Amino acid sequence: MALYSEKVMDHFRNPRNVGVIEDANGVGLAGNAKCGDIMKMYLKIEDEVVQDVKFETFGCGSAIASSSMATELIKGQPLSEVRKLTNQAVAEALDGLPAYKMHCSVLAEEAIQAALQDYESRMTKEDN
Amino acid sequence: MIYADNAATTALSPKALSVLVHHAKNTWGNPSSLYAHGQEAKEVLEQARTQIARCIGAKEREIIFTSGGSEADNQAILSAAAWGKQKGKRHIVSSAFEHHAVLHTLQKLEKEGFEVTYLDVHADGLVRPEEVKAAIREDTCLVSIMYANNEIGTIQPIGEIGAICREKKVLFHTDAVQAIGHIPVNVVTDQVDMLSASAHKFHGPKGVGFLYVRQGVPVRSLIEGGAQERGRRAGTENVPGIGAMAAALQEAASHMDENARHLKAMQARLIEGLSRIPHGALNGDRDRRLPGNVSFCFEGIEGEALLLLLDDKGICASSGSACTSGSLDPSHVLLAIGRVHDVAHGSLRLSLGEDVTEEEIDYIIACVGEVVAYLRSFSPLWRDLEAGKKAFIL
Ligand SMILES: Cc1ncc(COP(=O)(O)O)c(C=O)c1O
Ligand SMILES: [Zn+2]
Repeated sequence: MALYSEKVMDHFRNPRNVGVIEDANGVGLAGNAKCGDIMKMYLKIEDEVVQDVKFETFGCGSAIASSSMATELIKGQPLSEVRKLTNQAVAEALDGLPAYKMHCSVLAEEAIQAALQDYESRMTKEDN
Repeated sequence: MIYADNAATTALSPKALSVLVHHAKNTWGNPSSLYAHGQEAKEVLEQARTQIARCIGAKEREIIFTSGGSEADNQAILSAAAWGKQKGKRHIVSSAFEHHAVLHTLQKLEKEGFEVTYLDVHADGLVRPEEVKAAIREDTCLVSIMYANNEIGTIQPIGEIGAICREKKVLFHTDAVQAIGHIPVNVVTDQVDMLSASAHKFHGPKGVGFLYVRQGVPVRSLIEGGAQERGRRAGTENVPGIGAMAAALQEAASHMDENARHLKAMQARLIEGLSRIPHGALNGDRDRRLPGNVSFCFEGIEGEALLLLLDDKGICASSGSACTSGSLDPSHVLLAIGRVHDVAHGSLRLSLGEDVTEEEIDYIIACVGEVVAYLRSFSPLWRDLEAGKKAFIL
């Protein structure tokens, strides 16, 4: 029995959407160095749809895999869908995570929701 | 595959394996039975006891066979505590970076009213004998300091601590699980009262070890039952395991000098190579460490990801990161030497085997460099460090 599912290892070894979006209009951060995982999500949102998403992660195998899977789940999706993203959905899409690694998927959800909030606060500023 | 996790466990030596199989097949009688077949098994035990005692300078009757290092640690500490309780002495001196087999036993005693002083191990991972001396009180019943640390490999000044304890008439236990079979250990010159060892750390089988208890030191059985081990450890003995443990220890002891010479050369090469990776640092004193231990922290990355990618390259290693321990905190050993959380998460322990080659060392250096650089390339922490938004620690 391996520690992680094939899906987790695939996303860990070949993470999708790694990097930075220079002109992102929503950036979110979750976690901290003290707990050992930090995720940063960059969103490029146009017409209420996630046109592009990239991530940077300092963390363990499941943190990297969770970030990668989360970006795949929201890429091209309308914000109404993105808002519904849960850590459960990320973990399920990875064919499960060990119980003590669930917090890594929570961070992916938090980073994305933080990026959405950042986007929304930028929009309200523009409106004013 | 390059197995560089010998501090976790070692491969069974061919000699130990053949002894193990031989006794499992042929010497299966109960050592407590009085017919010849039982007495043959008894003979295996007593021969093993003699061999092991000789390797550490002990007498036969001072060796108690156990199920491994954890049991030996538990028995030593709980025995000293029971004795201390009778005498009204409920204070114990230990260190902050002991193995959990020691720490958790001490924590249990704290709940029962004992007081424990955990000595600082300083940035170099070394206990200071004068601090041991200063910590000993009228009501101290035990000093327990490990011989060599399992994560950072630092070798403690056991002989000096032993002399202090003897002078102060305080019992001294050392967890020598990482030291036995790798560096010279002598219970007489080191003046220890109790010492724990585990066979699987010196190419013997798992689930077997021993506790040395100096003659006259009060020791209690943890397991109630028969009168095996002269009433100090009940349960029918693991004859094949004990025979194989003795064979493994004899072999390790007879090759110790040449093994250590080779390992030290390989260790030096590995430390030099890994030191070229920017913003990394060796954990623990450079010289006073086990010959096969190399422990580093690399800033801006997390240890588990590093281990998984090294595994993909055929290298088995370990880390003290939180994500490998199943808890949210990184290793208590790294925190004890003053590594902050951010840095402690990026730790790597390579514990070399005696047969490691120069080519393998160079391969490890190349792979670690590559993987650290790759993980840093998308680490937001590393980005902040490089951009000067956060100060480098290493
Ligand atoms: C320093 C130290 N003490 C105790 C132990 C426990 O030994 P065992 O696995 O034989 O119970 C270990 C092994 O992990 C160790 O490294
Ligand atoms: Zn994690």
